[in-house]
Amino acid sequence: MAPTRVIWLYVAWAAFWSGVFVLVLLPANYNLRLTMKDALLYNLLLTIAGYAAGTGLRYYQPTLRQGVMLLAWSLGLAGICTLVYSFLIDWLISNELYLAFVGDSLPMRLVFGWLLLLLLLLINWFWFYTKEQRQHEERKAATEKLAREAELYTLRQQLQPHFLFNSLNSISAMVVSRPEQARTMVQQLSDFLRGTIRKENQQRVTLAEELKQLELYLAIEKVRFGHRLQTIVAVADDAKTLELPALLLQPLVENAIKFGLYGTTGDTTISIKATCEDGKLIIQVQNPFDADASQAQEGTGFGLNSVQRRLYLLYARPDLVQTQQHENQFTTTVTIPQNYDQVSHN
Amino acid sequence: MIKCLIIDDEPLARSIVAEYLQQHPDVTIAQECSDGFEGIKAIKQHQPDLIFLDIQMPKINGFEMLELVEQQPGVIFTTAFDNYALKAFEANAVDYLLKPFSQERFDAALKKWQEKRTIETADQPTIDLSEVPAKQPEERARIVVKAGNDIRIIPVQDVLYLEAYDDYVKIHTKDGLFLKKKTMGYYEQTLDPAHFVRVHRSFMIPISQLTRIEPLEKDSHVALLKNGVRIPLSKSGYTRLRTVLGL
Repeated sequence: MAPTRVIWLYVAWAAFWSGVFVLVLLPANYNLRLTMKDALLYNLLLTIAGYAAGTGLRYYQPTLRQGVMLLAWSLGLAGICTLVYSFLIDWLISNELYLAFVGDSLPMRLVFGWLLLLLLLLINWFWFYTKEQRQHEERKAATEKLAREAELYTLRQQLQPHFLFNSLNSISAMVVSRPEQARTMVQQLSDFLRGTIRKENQQRVTLAEELKQLELYLAIEKVRFGHRLQTIVAVADDAKTLELPALLLQPLVENAIKFGLYGTTGDTTISIKATCEDGKLIIQVQNPFDADASQAQEGTGFGLNSVQRRLYLLYARPDLVQTQQHENQFTTTVTIPQNYDQVSHN
Repeated sequence: MIKCLIIDDEPLARSIVAEYLQQHPDVTIAQECSDGFEGIKAIKQHQPDLIFLDIQMPKINGFEMLELVEQQPGVIFTTAFDNYALKAFEANAVDYLLKPFSQERFDAALKKWQEKRTIETADQPTIDLSEVPAKQPEERARIVVKAGNDIRIIPVQDVLYLEAYDDYVKIHTKDGLFLKKKTMGYYEQTLDPAHFVRVHRSFMIPISQLTRIEPLEKDSHVALLKNGVRIPLSKSGYTRLRTVLGL
C-alpha cells in the first residue's frame, strides 16, 4: 500500500476513535469543545504510538509466543501515551473542573488506550502476516513452475549418448569402404540432432512433423543394426494433423528398439501405429520381447518412465501411457488429448 | 600368430575393428560374433588369444558372457558410452576403447595388451572383472548361469536362496540348483540389500521367501522359507535380518 494512503488510514482511525471517545464522554455533560480537544489529543497520541509499533511489525513478525510480548508492549506504549497526554492536557486546557475530571479518569484512559493499541497492533500483525503468507505462496508457486519447466526440459533433452557415439562409430566404419553412405548418415544424424535442439519449449507439433524426425532416427538405427531391424509405420490419414508434444515419439520407439533388439537375438520388427479415436491421438508401438529373459520384468524401462512423466506434467493425468504384454509382443499405447486442456504454464 | 574374435552386435562396429586389424598382419580374425551366445561357442571352439568385446549386446551383456567362459582369453573392451562399464574398467585397469576410436588408439591398446601378456605368466588371468559388483544395471536384476550346454538367465525374483559352496555359490531356484563361480561377498554387494539378506556366512535369503523366524536354542534362530527349507541364522545375520524387516 502507498505510504500516503497508510497515513490517511491512520488519521481516519484517530478521527473515528475520537468520535467514539466524545460520544462516551458526552453524558458527563462537559463543554463539547473541551471534550473534543481532549479526545483528539489522546487519540492522536495513541495513533502515533500505534503507527510506530505497527511499522516495526512490518519488518519483524513475532511468533505466537512472542505475540504475548505485544500485550506488554502495548501496555507500555499506552502508559507513555497517557503520561505525555497528562502533561499536554495541562498545557492545552485551563478549565480546572475538566482537569480534575481528567485526573480522575486517567486509569480508565490507560485501559482504553491499551485496548486500542492492542487492537491496532493485532490488525497490523494480521495484515503483514497474510501479506507474508501470500508472498510465500507466490514464491512457492514460482519455484515449482521453474522446477517443472526444468524437468520438462531435461526430459525432452534425454538424447542417449549411447546412440550418438554408436552412430558416429558406424560412420567412422563406413568412411573408407562406403564414403557415399557415410556422408548420407552424417546428414541424417545432423538433421536428427537439429530436430532435437530446435524444438521450442512445450511446443506441440503435428504427428506428420514428428514422423519426419522419427524417420531420420529409424534410418540411422537401421544402418547400425542392419538386417536385424525392420519397421512398419502405419498412420491413419486423419491422425497426421493431430498434435503431440515435440520429441515424444522417438523415445517411445527407442525404448521398443532397445527391448526388441537387446531382449532377443533374432530379427526384430517394430511396428508403429497411429490412429484418431474420439478426437484423441492414439499411438501404439509394438516390439517383440523374450518372455524368459529378465528384461521383461523390468517393466517399462527408463524411456517409458520419462514419457509418462512428461505427459503427466503436461496434462496432469497419470494414465496416458499403457503397456501390455501378449505372448511375445510388448505393446505401448500412448493417448494424447487434443482439446488443449493442458495444465497452464503461466 | 595371434588369434582373435570380434564380438559386437553392430555389423559396422565389427567391420571397423576388422579394418584396423589389417594393419596388424600378425593378428588373424578367427570369427566375428553378433552376440554373447555365439561368443561363448566361438571361444570354446577357437580358443582365441584375444577378444574384442562390446558390452551392450542382446540377451546377455559382455560381462555376463565373460563369466560363462572357462578359459578366459585376453579382452579389449569396445563400448560407446557407459558409466557403469567405465567404473568396472577403471577399477581393474583393463584396456578399453571408446567408440568411435582411431587407428592410433586401437594400435596402442593392442600394443599394451601384447606387452602385458609377455610379462604375465600363463596361469594368471589377465583380468578379473568377475568380483566387481554392479557393472551394469541389469546385473542387479538377473543372474546368468550355465547349465550343461544351456545358458540360463535367472531373474532374481526366482531365487529361493543362495548357499556358499567352496569357490562357488549354489543358486537355489524353483527350477532347481545352479552353480556359479562367485563369492557370497559379491552377491552381498550386487543384489538389492533391501531384498536379499546375508543371514549366515554361507547363506543369503530373499525377504520374499521368508515365512517365519523360529528360536532354536538359547541365542540362536532359524529362518523358515516358503518351500519349507530351514536356514540357520548367525548372530549377526539375525541382527541384519531384523534390521531389514524393521524389527
